[in-house]
Amino acid sequence: MRNPLSKRIVEIEPSGIRKFFDIVNEMPDAISLGVGEPDFDTPWHIRDEGIYSLEKGRTFYTSNAGLKELKIEIARYLQRKCNITYDYNHEIMVTVGGSEAIDIAMRAMLDPGDEVLIPQPSYVSYLPCATLANGVPVVIELKAENEFRLTAEELEEAITPKTKLLVLPFPNNPTGSIMSRSDLEKIAEVIIKHDIFVLSDEIYSELTYGEESHVSIASLPGMWERTITINGFSKAYAMTGWRLGYACGPKVIIEQMLKIHQFAIMCAPTTSQYAAVEALKNGDDDVARMREEYDGRRRYLLHRFKEMGLECFEPFGAFYIFPCIKEFGMTADEFATKLLQAEKVAVVPGTAFGASGEGFVRISYAYSLENLKKALERIERFITKLRNKG
Amino acid sequence: MREKILTFIEKNSRIDLKELAIVLGVDELTVMNELEAMEAEHIICGYHTLINWEKTGIEKVTAMIEVRVTPQRGMGFDKVAERIYNYPEVESVYLISGGFDFMVTLEGKTLRDVSQFVSDKLSPLDSILSTKTNFILKKYKDHGTIMAEPTKDERMKITP
Repeated sequence: MRNPLSKRIVEIEPSGIRKFFDIVNEMPDAISLGVGEPDFDTPWHIRDEGIYSLEKGRTFYTSNAGLKELKIEIARYLQRKCNITYDYNHEIMVTVGGSEAIDIAMRAMLDPGDEVLIPQPSYVSYLPCATLANGVPVVIELKAENEFRLTAEELEEAITPKTKLLVLPFPNNPTGSIMSRSDLEKIAEVIIKHDIFVLSDEIYSELTYGEESHVSIASLPGMWERTITINGFSKAYAMTGWRLGYACGPKVIIEQMLKIHQFAIMCAPTTSQYAAVEALKNGDDDVARMREEYDGRRRYLLHRFKEMGLECFEPFGAFYIFPCIKEFGMTADEFATKLLQAEKVAVVPGTAFGASGEGFVRISYAYSLENLKKALERIERFITKLRNKG
Repeated sequence: MREKILTFIEKNSRIDLKELAIVLGVDELTVMNELEAMEAEHIICGYHTLINWEKTGIEKVTAMIEVRVTPQRGMGFDKVAERIYNYPEVESVYLISGGFDFMVTLEGKTLRDVSQFVSDKLSPLDSILSTKTNFILKKYKDHGTIMAEPTKDERMKITP
């Protein structure tokens, strides 16, 4: 029999997170700090709108780009929160989560051999999506001393004549790092100079904890026309299971993305779209309440790590904290495995998000304070033992 | 700051001062001073425990009584309310807009306890015109907390 598989697909590495998932699943009493989704339920009024749409029998396809009503709300939201203007009619499309948007943006923009710059540590799907789109992923290794921000120098150094697209994953999963306006201005200059494009994944844009709220790179002068902004409902409104995101950008790009979406997906789930309209119309207070709660947990974790003497920079975004475990003389993978075996606490090794995550682990604080307290006690016991041995 | 403290402890009054200070991002002394001040000003009126008595097997009966009254000259409703709320059996008294005047919640050991209180003590009060006693059959949610079993974390344990 012939080999049924595509060589290109077989060559793609499965996600490094898989291995941990399997071990943790065998341990019912493990405390997991490994989750990449909110612990809150979707606010009731949003769920209620979804239910209502079902009751009303709104169970048909929507237009490919999404419900007009939803696109209008998205346009309003982006104007209000991020100061970017998009025409709902041609410059916004609703996708099945931010994930689909990442995939089709790359497929719409890349020709074989085009290089895609991917700062790491970052979300696991950029690299395989670039490969699947025939692009050549080029990793930029972000540095702890820069608090895992992307600097203009790093960007400049990675650009070649073949570079087409930069993925900008901030606020960042797994580091919790953000890019301030001045950080963005510096890299925007480089981007414009070299005439490359940006795929800005802003799925955590509502979850920032500093003085300055999230800045969208598309809002900077000269950047709108070269940026695809990706966002969604999963993190801000605790709607991961609804699978709903969106992509915005110049008509020429969205139009082509829409073509892929039309043939591969048809449209995003209708129920989710109706619920999302409600989220954008009346969800600001919910977002604020959840943000406040994450922020308290974030402060608590930072404080506890300081008490333990564990090196950790202050993250200002998402719901992750990324402590350094280099002092224990083991890899992130070893550390996470041993922590799980000894104390039954699951964290994700930084290397699951790229080689530059070595020496770090990702700890999610999408858990109640009670849970975090328990887990942190165990981690403290674990590292105290390690230190005493050494 | 006060609002932040209150919002937090309204849900969890058992958190210790140090933790509360960390979570709110202020120093411990500030939190302590604010708490003391709010206790003194009677903004914080107590630190109670929310109990689901049903699950203990201990018999308790709660009734919500709609009370219509004639307000007393010169004193409005307050004087009447005082007569009612001073009974230790009375859980809460609210002045209500609409079809009646006070909503009184009452806790007793048995139905007889409650009805006796209404007929012997509450109804005979001077300014009371009528009462309507509604017994609570089941408590679903109290103080913003759903009384049913807490839901389990159904998320997958590790996700990217």
